[in-house]
Amino acid sequence: MGVLQMAIVILLLLLIVKPLGSYIYHVFSNKSNKTDKVFAGIEKIIYSISGIKERPGMTWKKYTMSLLLTNIVLVAVGYVILRLQKWLPLNPSQIDNMESTLSFNTIVSFMTNTNLQHYSGETGLSYFSQMSVIMMMMFTSAVTGIIVAIAFIRGITSKGATIGNFFEDFIKGHTRLLIPMAVVVTLVLVGLKVPQTLDGTIQITTLEGEKQEIATGPVASLVSIKHLGTNGGGFFGVNSAHPFENPSPLTNVIEILSMWCIPAALTYTYGRFAKNQKQGWVIFGAMAILFIAFLSLIYISESNGNPAMNAIGLSSEQGSMEGKEVRFGTAQSALFSTVTTAATTGTVNNMHDTLTPLGGITPLSLMMLNTVFGGDGVGLVNMLMYAIIGVFICGLMVGRTPEFLGRKIEPREMKLITIALLAHPLIILGPTALAFMTELGKGAISNPGFHGISQVLYEYTSAAANNGSGFEGLGDNTPFWNISTGLVMLLGRYVSIIALLAVAGSLVKKQPVPETIGTFRTDNILFVGILVGAVLIIGALTFLPVMALGPIAEYLSIR
Amino acid sequence: MFKIIRLSLLLIVLCGIVYPVAMTGLAHTIFPSQADGSLVKNSDGKVVGSELIGQNYKSPQYFQGRVSSIENNGAATGSNNYAPSNEDMLKRTEESIKALQKENPELDKKDIPLDLITNSGSGLDPHISVQAAEFQAERVSEETGIKKEELLAMIKDSTTNRSLGIFGEPHINVLELNMKVQDVME
Repeated sequence: MGVLQMAIVILLLLLIVKPLGSYIYHVFSNKSNKTDKVFAGIEKIIYSISGIKERPGMTWKKYTMSLLLTNIVLVAVGYVILRLQKWLPLNPSQIDNMESTLSFNTIVSFMTNTNLQHYSGETGLSYFSQMSVIMMMMFTSAVTGIIVAIAFIRGITSKGATIGNFFEDFIKGHTRLLIPMAVVVTLVLVGLKVPQTLDGTIQITTLEGEKQEIATGPVASLVSIKHLGTNGGGFFGVNSAHPFENPSPLTNVIEILSMWCIPAALTYTYGRFAKNQKQGWVIFGAMAILFIAFLSLIYISESNGNPAMNAIGLSSEQGSMEGKEVRFGTAQSALFSTVTTAATTGTVNNMHDTLTPLGGITPLSLMMLNTVFGGDGVGLVNMLMYAIIGVFICGLMVGRTPEFLGRKIEPREMKLITIALLAHPLIILGPTALAFMTELGKGAISNPGFHGISQVLYEYTSAAANNGSGFEGLGDNTPFWNISTGLVMLLGRYVSIIALLAVAGSLVKKQPVPETIGTFRTDNILFVGILVGAVLIIGALTFLPVMALGPIAEYLSIR
Repeated sequence: MFKIIRLSLLLIVLCGIVYPVAMTGLAHTIFPSQADGSLVKNSDGKVVGSELIGQNYKSPQYFQGRVSSIENNGAATGSNNYAPSNEDMLKRTEESIKALQKENPELDKKDIPLDLITNSGSGLDPHISVQAAEFQAERVSEETGIKKEELLAMIKDSTTNRSLGIFGEPHINVLELNMKVQDVME
């Protein structure tokens, strides 16, 4: 039954990829189409209020500058709101202003689509902050990621000097994609019992006559966009394990598909832009192979139960249940953990800190690779980066100038890609080592032994991959952790965005090379294998030594 | 730059205020009880909890829910996030086992439903597995005087199957089950 229910969810995803991928293509192809009828009017109002009169194509530099400036303005406004929330409206539970390093961490976390949370929503944020900062950024950061992918795709598939107009893309991403999808998912979730209210905490007397306080709020509207935007920050501290955020296995499946559908569908969108659907399926295929491999690892490991509990003589029939919810069981928990770290969402429906040692390798590895579906937009771009590396390596082996989609890959592109590629391990391993060298870092570790290494490693990996889940036992709300992870999130997000948009800007200007019989093809099964190989050899080997120190050592110690 | 500031403020209003407020209004119109947290009333019409939030049951006359490191405090959430190798967790589990063995000295460890002695992820899990409910039927029967067959029938009645027959695991809402026990006792 466990395998079957996971297979059905994967099948449902396959059914969504084509229609959603085509829809995204139509939204951003900038040719007039049916979606104009519904949305063009609303967009016209937005353009005129913002004072955007013309929408000319932009060079990569102009596009990137506009993107960064918009993100900076949103960060500034959001920071001010968090610092002043006590005096702002909609604060029924009278929550205090947020401390400065925590505000910095929180605001960076949401703008970079990470959603690492060093606060607990029920006690740290007013409803106004939850809405005007958190929910707002869940839209804007996700759209930022999606249009980076669109701009990158335009760069490698079209000819000219421009990669699109930032403002047009940014607005359309909201009006035509995320807002309509979020409205539908919100209403479905409320129908399935996720609360949506602006009233304060509920006070009740329980069956045994005790007083119980229950925190609630506008939960559904946040849960929907948190998944669709691959954001992951929960309304409540325990995220989608909370029965209000995720009341039943059915809502669990809806949340899984919500966070998975856009990253997966973008591969189809890419195929449409490239005018060769096979190109898209090759990328999807490579992602799917890696996904299923990691899903199997976590599912098998969790179903076998915690070795330390089995040693006591307990039954492992239910799998490892510590930190999991009864309604989901092992299969729905394992699938959720795999999707949330593959699509770098970071929402959790079970406690990742409590995963069995080998099960814990899955979320860690997926975040380290950061390419298996990946967050909205950035996952596809990262995978395309590996595709370019793949043709480059093959080009070296056969002694031909590497080409990708008919464009020569030359030193400038490879240098930029190398920067993007190396930044990721550097900002994970560097700070992890630093944390172990200082008392400030070590003091936060809550679990003894090898698992403590995994806790720190997980935190920085999650920050660098802009995932946001955590081994939550870590006592991470201190200035040291707030600032260090804040910086890692910023570098993890913007270094690769800037480098890869520069690659797009450089490829878009190149004269296409006609395809000949000697051209290395990137639209067949062979290339799926090369892609998987490139990801595993370059991405995974970098992290193998540190994996041996953390989860693998822990496994060996309790086996 | 001016354009960017105006666009940003507009998006804050649109995504941060209009969207959630409109959703709250719509949700309350279409699904009022769900939007307010699925509160449960007893036969006297008094609210006794939310069907989605676990409660503490100290009396042995009631079915017990899962271990909660936060005592089912619905204003906060969380579990201890113990590592699988954590000694404190293993100690807590051993203590739970001892407590159960005190009730029933012949108990084999293999027969203990794991969800009954492990902390849930949220600390608020309102459900237990079917095995965990049946496991407790004997004790509840002794404490309340309700026949075991009658309790097993109640358990069957309170079981929620897999969603759409496929997804998740069958589970029992402890509050719903205990309300049935309470009704019979009265």
